[in-house]
Amino acid sequence: MQQYFDRKKHPRGAWVGIVLVAVALVLLPFVLAGIGTAWVRITNLAILFVLLSLGLNIVVGFAGLLDLGYIAFYAVGAYVYALLASPHFDLHLPFWIILPIGAAVACLFGVLLGAPTLKLRGDYLAIVTLGFGEIIRIFLNNLSQPVNLTNGPQGITLIDPFRIGSFNFATPDKIGGLTFTGPIKYYYFLVLLVVVIIVINLRLQNSRIGRAWEAIREDEIAARAMGINTRNMKLLAFAMGASFGGISGGIFSATQGFISPESFVLVESVMVLSMVVLGGMGNVFGVVLGAILLSFVPEVLRYTVEPMQKALFGRMLIEPEVIRMLLFGLALVLMMLYRPAGILPSALRKRELEMKR
Amino acid sequence: MSAGHRLALLTAKGISKRFGGVTALADVGFEIQHGEIYGLIGPNGAGKTSLFNVLTGIYSADGGDFTFDGLPLNNLKPNEVAERGIARTFQNIRLFANLSALENVMIGRHVRTHGNVLGAILRDAKTQAEERAIENRAHELLDYVGVAKRANTLARHLAYGDQRRLEIARALATEPKLLALDEPAAGMNATETASLKTLLGNIRRDGTTILLIEHDMKLVMSVCDRVLVLDYGKKIAEGSAAVVQKDPKVIAAYLGGEILLNLKGAA
Repeated sequence: MQQYFDRKKHPRGAWVGIVLVAVALVLLPFVLAGIGTAWVRITNLAILFVLLSLGLNIVVGFAGLLDLGYIAFYAVGAYVYALLASPHFDLHLPFWIILPIGAAVACLFGVLLGAPTLKLRGDYLAIVTLGFGEIIRIFLNNLSQPVNLTNGPQGITLIDPFRIGSFNFATPDKIGGLTFTGPIKYYYFLVLLVVVIIVINLRLQNSRIGRAWEAIREDEIAARAMGINTRNMKLLAFAMGASFGGISGGIFSATQGFISPESFVLVESVMVLSMVVLGGMGNVFGVVLGAILLSFVPEVLRYTVEPMQKALFGRMLIEPEVIRMLLFGLALVLMMLYRPAGILPSALRKRELEMKR
Repeated sequence: MSAGHRLALLTAKGISKRFGGVTALADVGFEIQHGEIYGLIGPNGAGKTSLFNVLTGIYSADGGDFTFDGLPLNNLKPNEVAERGIARTFQNIRLFANLSALENVMIGRHVRTHGNVLGAILRDAKTQAEERAIENRAHELLDYVGVAKRANTLARHLAYGDQRRLEIARALATEPKLLALDEPAAGMNATETASLKTLLGNIRRDGTTILLIEHDMKLVMSVCDRVLVLDYGKKIAEGSAAVVQKDPKVIAAYLGGEILLNLKGAA
């Protein structure tokens, strides 16, 4: 897929490709809204997962640090937004102030997790990060006493949507005969953000910093012997990955209007990691594809499994949720067997194939 | 020592290292002069690689001091040692296997370049210029060691000899004052070894001092100015290749003491 966007090799083709994709992205929400309003919301959630996967890809794909508690940073970002823009503390800061704060706080948590785990690798790192993810969730569940900070398992409600002056992201607006519903407005915001974050990811990957991360992933001892400060580089990876998670969390809060610790369970971490692995660890476009697939396929199943069974057997035999997990597991097993490097393996292997031809 | 003698590039004094009950290095001392090729030999398990690991900060010494380029080199982390100007290769090649040859060398430039996250994201003129410089230098170094044609091949797909050369290129990319090579000729055929010898000569000519661990005695004897011989963690001889070669203690270490006595008896 990347070769079509390679400006050096095909300058005109790349621009045509970019324009086509841009037009498609602009028109998409109206097409989806035609099918059903729910699909715009589902798309927005999928884009949030793309953002999350891109963040996790920095930690897992670039630096090779297996993080099983990534959803904790999403939770931190979500709660920072919820606490600063809801009746809970009666604070209503604008989103463009809170999102950076959320990113910064998540970044701090990233370093907090990174610092004690610097010497751990592989399985051991996975266990500690898994524990970290759970600790954050349990804290959120219990920090309603002695001071009611998070409102415990009830969660936080009536979270403010994004607002710029009188422009409200939650209410529909008619502009030039077209109705821009709340989800459609968020969609455009998310698409802009995801484009920015994809560019950041691609540029980081092809930089001195990105190469240092790859060196650590490949061989930490050799990386250190080559003068790379592995401690700082690992902390940087954790911090950057976490801040992307924090931003996504803030947007999640705003779009949902309600959050509780329930939204940040271990399965969510596993889900994001699966998106990264399925799409192609270390390949930005692969990760985007993985996140979109794993977000949409379950939703498509939700809408098809029930009517299909009713049509075939006259009643529901297997719950959609069960089939979802079944197919999900099967897909992952097949992937590991036939495409262990992901749907779109990292660019390096592709370059290698080109060399051989 | 003449009056105009410059300070040694590397001075080791009383270096000791123990692993539990095993003494890997016992009171090892030596000096490496600027611009020489200094050989480090000894039978398997003599402590050569341990000395490398202590020198480059992978292990910390239990005793003794290194002075490098006029400054102490104690308790530094491996990356700090590299920053000070010692680069190394590994006995069991440690390339970044899934990265291209070019990228391996570009990573070697890390320690001498400054691009940060903001520069990487914004791609400002300064960062772009630095990136170009890194890539150009990496190409030069690949050419220098003779693997320029394999620039885009993944390191793990390179021929064995090329991997050894790539490791040297990557080490050179850090602009070392001292290049420490751990058995660079291991597994090479005669032709590859001959061209390695030329490469070592070029590196020395271009101003980098070399510390060389090697089992290929022909290579050691032909390129090294001086040789240090270790046996059971102790220094048993030091001097020019010709002198060390005839040292009875060295012959005994390599052939086993009893054999030597037998040889003497037979003569």
